[in-house]
Amino acid sequence: MAPVLELRGITKAFPGVLANDHIDLTLEEGEILALLGENGAGKTTLMNILYGLYQPDAGEIFVRGKKAEIHQPNDAIRLGIGMVHQHFMLVPVFTVTENVMLGVESMRYGLFLDRRRAAAKVREISDQYKLEVNPDDYIKDLPVGVQQRVEIIKVLYRKADILILDEPTAVLTPQEVEELFKIIRSLKAQGKSIIFITHKLKEVMAIADRITVLRQGRAVGTTTPAEATMERLAQMMVGREVELVVKKKEAKPGDVVLDVENLHVLDHRGNPAVRGVTFTVRAGEVLGVAGVQGNGQTELVRALTGLLRPETGHIRINGQDVTHASPREILEQGVAHVPEDRQKDGLILKYPVHDNLVLNTYYLPPFAKGLNLQFREIYNAAAERAYQFDIRTPNIYVPVATLSGGNQQKTIVAREFSRPIRLLIASQPTRGLDVGSIEYIHQRIVQKRDEGCAVLLVSPELDEILALSDRIAVMYRGQFVAILPAAEATRQRLGLLMAGVSAAEVAAAEAAPAAVEENPAL
Amino acid sequence: MSEQKERAVQNDQDSRAQALARLLLRPARGSVWQAILLPVLAVFTALIIGALVIVFTDLQVLNLYKDFFSAPGKALAASWKAIASAYSALFKGSLGNPAEFANAFNVLRETGDTAPLRQAFWPISESLVTSVPYMFAGLAVALGFQCGLFNIGAEGQIFIGALASVYVGYSVKGLPQYIHLPLAFLAGAAAAGLWAAVAGVLKAKTGAHEVINTIMMNYIAFLLSDWLLNGPMKRPGWAPISPAIQDSAWLPKFFPDPLRFHAGFFVALGIAAVVYWLLFKTTIGFEIRSVGANPDAARYAGVSVTRNFILAMSLSGALAGMAGANEVLGVNHQLASAFSSGYGFDSIALALLGKSHPAGVVLAALLFGTLRSGATRMQSLAGVPVDIISILQALVIIFIAAPAIIRWLYRLRLEREVGETVFTRGWGQ
Repeated sequence: MAPVLELRGITKAFPGVLANDHIDLTLEEGEILALLGENGAGKTTLMNILYGLYQPDAGEIFVRGKKAEIHQPNDAIRLGIGMVHQHFMLVPVFTVTENVMLGVESMRYGLFLDRRRAAAKVREISDQYKLEVNPDDYIKDLPVGVQQRVEIIKVLYRKADILILDEPTAVLTPQEVEELFKIIRSLKAQGKSIIFITHKLKEVMAIADRITVLRQGRAVGTTTPAEATMERLAQMMVGREVELVVKKKEAKPGDVVLDVENLHVLDHRGNPAVRGVTFTVRAGEVLGVAGVQGNGQTELVRALTGLLRPETGHIRINGQDVTHASPREILEQGVAHVPEDRQKDGLILKYPVHDNLVLNTYYLPPFAKGLNLQFREIYNAAAERAYQFDIRTPNIYVPVATLSGGNQQKTIVAREFSRPIRLLIASQPTRGLDVGSIEYIHQRIVQKRDEGCAVLLVSPELDEILALSDRIAVMYRGQFVAILPAAEATRQRLGLLMAGVSAAEVAAAEAAPAAVEENPAL
Repeated sequence: MSEQKERAVQNDQDSRAQALARLLLRPARGSVWQAILLPVLAVFTALIIGALVIVFTDLQVLNLYKDFFSAPGKALAASWKAIASAYSALFKGSLGNPAEFANAFNVLRETGDTAPLRQAFWPISESLVTSVPYMFAGLAVALGFQCGLFNIGAEGQIFIGALASVYVGYSVKGLPQYIHLPLAFLAGAAAAGLWAAVAGVLKAKTGAHEVINTIMMNYIAFLLSDWLLNGPMKRPGWAPISPAIQDSAWLPKFFPDPLRFHAGFFVALGIAAVVYWLLFKTTIGFEIRSVGANPDAARYAGVSVTRNFILAMSLSGALAGMAGANEVLGVNHQLASAFSSGYGFDSIALALLGKSHPAGVVLAALLFGTLRSGATRMQSLAGVPVDIISILQALVIIFIAAPAIIRWLYRLRLEREVGETVFTRGWGQ
């Protein structure tokens, strides 16, 4: 039988890049094909071609053995191809049903929206695939994981049987990833064929039937989880050997650099987000803050960096009270901040690379003399940093928006790490990055620690926390429910603490090990 | 062994030097021509569509189109004639008549009389005089845009600037020109700067949107000037006009009447250069532009967003105030109510056309000044209403705001700009 989908020799060039270079790909009916590759390897371009958003320069697409012409998304939908985008396309103030209907409204008398029929259909799909979505909920009230399921319903509602999921786990918490995997398996069990785009090795090993690896626009190989190892996949993806484990020496903690006492912070809606947090970070150690996203980590970091005013409590850096200091006063205490959202907070996308590299030091010598910016100095320093931190850019004058996500993050890291700093606050420093960049940024963080910098690392990725931290705090509902030495922090213990199980209960659970399931996928 | 090591070190240094050189190498810059291609095409397209409007609003020409199928030549010829006479009148009215120039030079050579020559230069002088307030007001709006602020209040700020300047101009007596003139000019800038700062403070402290506040403050400014000119600042007599300013507050004129060309033109060019320097060469400009491009990132980087809102709004107001000061000190030498014919509003279009860049603003101001002053002549000579200029301006704005139209029309494959300029943000942000 012909494969349900076949791409032959797909080629697409953009000015200056060959995004897809004669890519062949097959998808069998009822299989989960993982498309693995670093950012910029051409995964998304390929899928956008398949979905009719781009036209290939060369190559052919066959759907169920027949040659298909896909000029626009409607052609793809007609062929039963559905796409769940990385960034959701939902109207927040509409209900689930309204969002699902949008564009394919069912009508009564050709005039009135038939919400009831659509809602029934949504419920039916939800039940069939165990999506657990209530058709009448408003999108704005739903957590990210559920919003993603709404996107999946949208695709199923349009009768797709080939589903493309573009980096579906990038925005999910570990628990939500697990739920998504269950859904994907249930979709597969009912005969849907799925293309799963990702750059995360563990996910590929856990979910895929077959794996096709892309590198620099080319399909470099196809394998299966049974045949491949993570090391082998990483190597295929990056094109060289990759260290998956961060090598680090024993920490040598020094003086207290950051001292936080009973901190309370409200979120932007005025609800308590951080509720009485007390901790210290010493020079030369990494304190990891684990926790499911949305438990106050964002507000904690924003308060520490002066971007959000704490309600009560004290923050001291190097012994100085900075509880109500401005962001600049805190920066000048030698605090580096790698923000959670690099494009919103960390960079000015339309500014050239060189301006982004001096974004918070532009007013200091040698970059400014009085009022005048010293461009020679700025350019030279920028080139030096781009070289040192391996920022892949044609030159320092291009807008930082034109760089890949990994290189944008390296730009931030380069800027923050090349100031004299005593405290590094890194919030999800490797979010959305590829293996090569993650390896690089982790090494740099450990290097800073070894130089005697205090590091506060906030991340929902347990792997990252476990790889880098010397001590680990677990944040749950605005509080630190535990602070453990890294040696005592096992994956399952942290997982339970993150889920809100109290430390005492965790200890009890560990006494009866059978109760704890190890989940290798997370 | 050590030789090998040395060579390795040497190689490393070489590759580092090479990498740095590559990173520092400026790419061949898209020429200036490329930067202005889009605006130029926008203006060109507007003129073509304007030509159609001229044809279709001319009843005589339209009547000929009834017989289009029997006598197409007649209709087309009449259309061409209407367009040609309108645009040539616009040209002559704004830049001068070549025949008149030739004649004037002849008279000068034969009789030494400069009057015809002055007459020949009169249109171009008027164009330049009209473009000066456009430059100031355009710079004002452009500077606001650079900080992400939409200053719709330039018109009101022009009035405030004019009021302050004229007051200092007529009430302060006995000062030498080199003190009185700058004093009067800067009084206008300062007053309008403070006026605009109100909207800046409201935005910074309460989040009130500057578009609303500057619009409302326009009305306050208009009515304030009406009241002042009918009351405290009224000269003896019935008309709502201020006293004439002292000679010592005049912006110097270079030629005898009727040429009104005055030093304000060079002041405007100088101010444009200062704005360029401020925006692109100083830490102040870096902060203003950062706040405009991404306020979150600016705050993260330690820049005070609120301070820059206030600063940019004040500077913007001061620039608009200079437009008012210029009109009072350089052109009218007194202040009558309703003296500004919408410079402040036109300058929004102008700043868009000039891409919020001082050089672009100067060019756009020259264009607008030329069109405006030529339009009057076009109306009297060709019978085409002045309003055609408003239509041209509107078309230019449409094409600048929707560059996709121009790209499509001319099959251009221009590189899309990254992060196109944010002109204003949502309410209450």
